[in-house]
Amino acid sequence: MTESALVWIVLTPLVGALAVLLTGRWPNLREAVSLITGGGLIAQVMTLISPVLAGESPSILLVTPVPGVPLALQIEPLGLLFALIAAVLWVATTVYAIGYMRGHGEQHQTRFYAFFAIAISATMGVALAQNLFTLFLFYELLTLSTYPLVTHAGTDEAKRGGRVYLGILMGTSMGFLLLAVIWTWHLAGTTGFHPGGILAGKTSPLVLGVLYALFAFGIGKAALMPFHRWLPAAMVAPTPVSALLHAVAVVKAGVFAILKITIYIFGLDLLSGTGATTPILWVAAITIIGASLIALHQDNLKRRLAYSTISQLSYVVLGAVLANAAGIAGAAVHIATHAVGKITLFFCAGAILVAAHKTRVSELDGLGRQMPITMGAFLIASLSIAGLPPTAGLWGKWYLSLGALDAGYGVLAGVLMLSTLLNIAYLLPIPLRAFFARGTDQGEQWHEAPLPCLVAICFTTIACVALFFFPEPVYQLASMLVR
Amino acid sequence: MISEQLPALQVVVPLIAAAFCLVLARPLGAWLITFAASAASMAVSFLMLNTVMDSGVIDYTFGGWAAPFGIAYRVDLVNAYVLMIVSTISTVVSVFARASVTSEIETHNQGFFYTAWLLCLTGLLGITITGDAFNLFVFLEISSLSSYALIAMGADRRALTAAYQYLIMGTIGATFILIGVGLLYALTGTLNMLDLAQRLPDVANTRTARTGFAFLTVGLGLKIALFPLHLWLPNAYAYAPSAVSAFLAATATKVAVYVLLRFVFSVFGVEFALGAMPLALGLAILGSVAVLSASTIAIFQQNLKRMLAYSSVAQIGYLALGVSLATPAGLTATLLHLFNHALMKGALFVALGCIAWRIGSSRLQDFAGLGYRMPWTMGAFVVGGLSLIGIPLTAGFISKWHLILAALEKGWWPITVVIIAGSLLAVIYVWQVVERAYLAKPPAETSRAEAPASMLIPAWLLAIANLYFGLHTDLSVGIASRAAASLFGVVP
Repeated sequence: MTESALVWIVLTPLVGALAVLLTGRWPNLREAVSLITGGGLIAQVMTLISPVLAGESPSILLVTPVPGVPLALQIEPLGLLFALIAAVLWVATTVYAIGYMRGHGEQHQTRFYAFFAIAISATMGVALAQNLFTLFLFYELLTLSTYPLVTHAGTDEAKRGGRVYLGILMGTSMGFLLLAVIWTWHLAGTTGFHPGGILAGKTSPLVLGVLYALFAFGIGKAALMPFHRWLPAAMVAPTPVSALLHAVAVVKAGVFAILKITIYIFGLDLLSGTGATTPILWVAAITIIGASLIALHQDNLKRRLAYSTISQLSYVVLGAVLANAAGIAGAAVHIATHAVGKITLFFCAGAILVAAHKTRVSELDGLGRQMPITMGAFLIASLSIAGLPPTAGLWGKWYLSLGALDAGYGVLAGVLMLSTLLNIAYLLPIPLRAFFARGTDQGEQWHEAPLPCLVAICFTTIACVALFFFPEPVYQLASMLVR
Repeated sequence: MISEQLPALQVVVPLIAAAFCLVLARPLGAWLITFAASAASMAVSFLMLNTVMDSGVIDYTFGGWAAPFGIAYRVDLVNAYVLMIVSTISTVVSVFARASVTSEIETHNQGFFYTAWLLCLTGLLGITITGDAFNLFVFLEISSLSSYALIAMGADRRALTAAYQYLIMGTIGATFILIGVGLLYALTGTLNMLDLAQRLPDVANTRTARTGFAFLTVGLGLKIALFPLHLWLPNAYAYAPSAVSAFLAATATKVAVYVLLRFVFSVFGVEFALGAMPLALGLAILGSVAVLSASTIAIFQQNLKRMLAYSSVAQIGYLALGVSLATPAGLTATLLHLFNHALMKGALFVALGCIAWRIGSSRLQDFAGLGYRMPWTMGAFVVGGLSLIGIPLTAGFISKWHLILAALEKGWWPITVVIIAGSLLAVIYVWQVVERAYLAKPPAETSRAEAPASMLIPAWLLAIANLYFGLHTDLSVGIASRAAASLFGVVP
């Protein structure tokens, strides 16, 4: 039963995409189809919770294109966590998109919803991949299926953004990741994800270090510097795409893959024993600080959020490379907490665009009086990104700092603290100025985004706070990774 | 028993059909004959492949004359596999050819066109099946002469210069091959490949043998269009009729590569050809340069048929790299890519033919908005393009996987880098088409207008084959690896 559920989790969004195409002529029915598909997906992912908590990891083999390298799916705690986040936030984003796409008068909405569903299907495939080959396959499908979403507007700017997007993601994955996958197979004779890793005793520390670097840079979706430029370029997409894909599904697929490869291909003992991966640690640290510094100077709100995402993604990479219990747990928790926080911020940015037609940070003074709910949500989510109580972001940062100290890198704990200060510096002024600064041309009247947008914003904001008080379910899954 | 005569039928059926075509000369009738003869050849090749897989090599002596005097045909796994590729592509593309040829070639020439097509098919099949070095040269000339004629029938006047250029280069190549074969005959007194293989080792260390080998490889290099002997290919493919581009791109260079493999592995032997002679190094260098330079040139082409032609030169580079590794894994990758590349280039050229049929152009600038005007055609083009890049789930990925793995096993790092750089360049030249077709605004208000089903079905058959062989590789990888093992192990 559970085995076939794995296949259906990948297929359900595809079926949904087909249904969206068929019902494209009736927008209300089309959106209902998206929502029902999303609900069905959540229900299916939920059925996997109890087997995973019981320590099982059911798997299913689909087909074997290359002998010894099967296309296979398997659930394990990290994949479950990622699939759950993506499925739940997909429904939230669909609700949001109904308000946004109609409020903003976007064209080609059927195509939008269909490719959105296909992208979710690819995301589920990444989450459930049983081996590197399957992961690589769905990773590439995710790139290809999101390309039409990034270039949705069809303008020259969208075309340029799409070029950078595809160029960097495809270039790194074909250039480094594929090589790393084949090399791993050459060394280990398998590409399967096994607890404890498959590379122990197969090769020298030097090769391990090179291989790990190929993976870390080859997974361009994790946006390690210098391969981060695609994420700001992708901001040309409609806001729901930026929200779900470029704050949650696509970028998290990247760091999820790095985390998964760290745990199940290299193995924590192997990595912490050699020190071969120290350079990546510093690349991550530089990305954390560097992207935050760039974010400080961005006036376009979505670009500022994008650079914030780049910085936050490297938290997860940092946790993975630390390769100790607290680091891994922190990385996994951070995937979840950053997802709800950043998606809220993007929702708010889109709401501001739809209701007030503003895209620049410098135009937002005094907007809090017109859009109190949106700006209130922005404030809470900003706190969560900075990692301040009473919001969920605290937990990820907490465990990551612990991990850095455990590994003997006091400097990295300092980097995390400095990053918190920078987060505060580039995010908090936005809601504060919106509430307290005097606007130039704004009236005082209440003018919020459409209702579906507000519903979605409230839901994810509540999640930001709820995960602070009840982090237990997320932590439980995260701690299973290092048991 | 008819099944014993299969090797003869493989060549005789299209040859006789060609004569009928010439006599009949009516477009529809000639097309029907071409399709029927291609389909019959395909059936024969599949039957032979099946027999070879089950019970090993088929030996056939023409007219009952035994080897030293008569002409012997010898079908092993390697050439059964190539025969299957050639005849299948001819069948699929001939379905497409009907509408395409009607629009591109004048009615009174169509009978000649199909005659030349069948002669070309005869030649390609004959080259592949024969076990006699001189007979091989005869078939090579049949296929070459008929392909000059086919290319010259292109609607653009530049087709004539392209055909002339190919004629000159092809003739030089054929002459070199003939000189090579002649030297071998002088040295060993036999033209039969089996006998050559037995007698050559004793005389391998002579200047004659080395000279013969050099003439043969350079001549074949011209027919293969291995860099820097590829100059005839871009023009030939760009100005030939659409159906001819699709047919030749998927088959002609493949057959030439097969001949090279046959001479290197079966006639001269690996020790001499890749050990004593510097062929491996040469192929590695030329293959790398071909991949990098031709892929780069492809990016700057405005005529998409030229772009695909340069891409073919690059793909031939991959084939050469696989051979240069001189390992069973490398040879498997080459043989596999022979098949997969036929599928992808077939799909791409057929899709381009559909577009040329509808808008009368294959220039990039005219592709604006084509993704909405011809969604099915462009869909097939995108699938073929993704396969060319080597996206997982497509046949191209399987090729790339085996090739990179073979290079890693050998420990040749630079080759790995070249292969990867080649696929990155492919991303650029494929994607500029996708971007133009889906994101550029069409010049005027245009409605949806697809190509006819008779053109779309072959395009999608090939596109689906690209997807199918990206997932189920029992046939392609299975045969390729067995064939590679047989080339390395036993002399046929």
